[in-house]
Amino acid sequence: MIDLAAYSSAVQAAALVGAVLLEAIALYVGYGALERVATPVVERIKHA
Amino acid sequence: MEPFGIALTTLALFVSFGFMVGVLFGFFGMGGSFLVTPALLVMGYPARVAVGSGMAFVFGTAVIATLKHHDLGQVDYKLGALMIAGTTAGIEIGSLFVYRLEELGLASGVIGVTYVGLLGAIGLFVTRNALKNDGSDGSGGGHHEAADEEIDPDAIPDIAKKIQSYRVPPMMTIAGGIQVSLWMVLGVAFVTGLLSGFLGVGGGFIRMPAMFYLIGVPVPVAVGTDLFEIVFSGGFGAFTYGLNGGVDLSIVAPLLAGSALGARIGSAATNIVNEDDIKIYFGLMLLGGSVAVAFQQAGDYFAVELFNTVGFALILLSAFMVSGAVIYSTITTMRKRSSAAATSVD
Repeated sequence: MIDLAAYSSAVQAAALVGAVLLEAIALYVGYGALERVATPVVERIKHA
Repeated sequence: MEPFGIALTTLALFVSFGFMVGVLFGFFGMGGSFLVTPALLVMGYPARVAVGSGMAFVFGTAVIATLKHHDLGQVDYKLGALMIAGTTAGIEIGSLFVYRLEELGLASGVIGVTYVGLLGAIGLFVTRNALKNDGSDGSGGGHHEAADEEIDPDAIPDIAKKIQSYRVPPMMTIAGGIQVSLWMVLGVAFVTGLLSGFLGVGGGFIRMPAMFYLIGVPVPVAVGTDLFEIVFSGGFGAFTYGLNGGVDLSIVAPLLAGSALGARIGSAATNIVNEDDIKIYFGLMLLGGSVAVAFQQAGDYFAVELFNTVGFALILLSAFMVSGAVIYSTITTMRKRSSAAATSVD
């Protein structure tokens, strides 16, 4: 017999780890995009 | 207003605390569970949630910091995979020592004293060594050792040169074009895993200096490779605690929002700040940590809550000061470079 309770908690735990991984990647990409947009603006202000 | 089901002030606290831990984590490849788990315990979260959410946070921050170090060419994946294999075996054996000590009723005392002693000894060794080298090699600026760049032989510590001289086949080429025996790498990984399993800690504070001083890997690559390893250990830890409902996303999400920015800054700073400065900050962080952990161990042993509070305050203070020093050092180095560039153009 397959222990469905254990199976579902493993799926839930894997989903949690997946959610943290997705958030980490989204934040990395998001802050990267922000950096690319903000850097030239800051440079322009510095040299104005 | 309660976004994520927690008060706005707690949310702001989590984001700023995450930022500070992220800077340290990206810069040193250590410090996640060292700081987050005690902080969550102090805030009144149950131990299972504090450890589990701390693990999930460490996993997410390690992913972000590793991606940044990857962009800078500072992750040696081959070395990282071997370190994971050796460390895992070491952790298994290390935990057996703990079970044996528990049977003898000595576990808590022996582990506590070893932890404090090791933190202090590594901290002293790294700081002393870096202060001795500071300025003597003329490498005043930042450092740019990517994993595929040749390393200056003078920059390799003597112990690492000795280990590299044992040419037991198969030999392998690691970061900086260094030739080292596969068995030596596995041996170092095993010993760091042994200590990590024995102390019940992530072990970034042991692995990073071990990769530099014992194998000869350049410091930024040692940090990047250590973080790569933490992605797997943190992910596995988060999964294990997640099985028993120990991971609370309402804690992890705001912490990660702060650490994502901090880890980007900390990781990028390893490419800007002088290598000896990194070692000095790392050593100071460990020395502060050893005093703090000593207080906490004494608090547990003598059942004095005040010692635990003082220990936690000391950890926070040293983390705050060191992360501030890292950011300050990065800004001053960048300013120096930009004024030097402007002068050379004139």
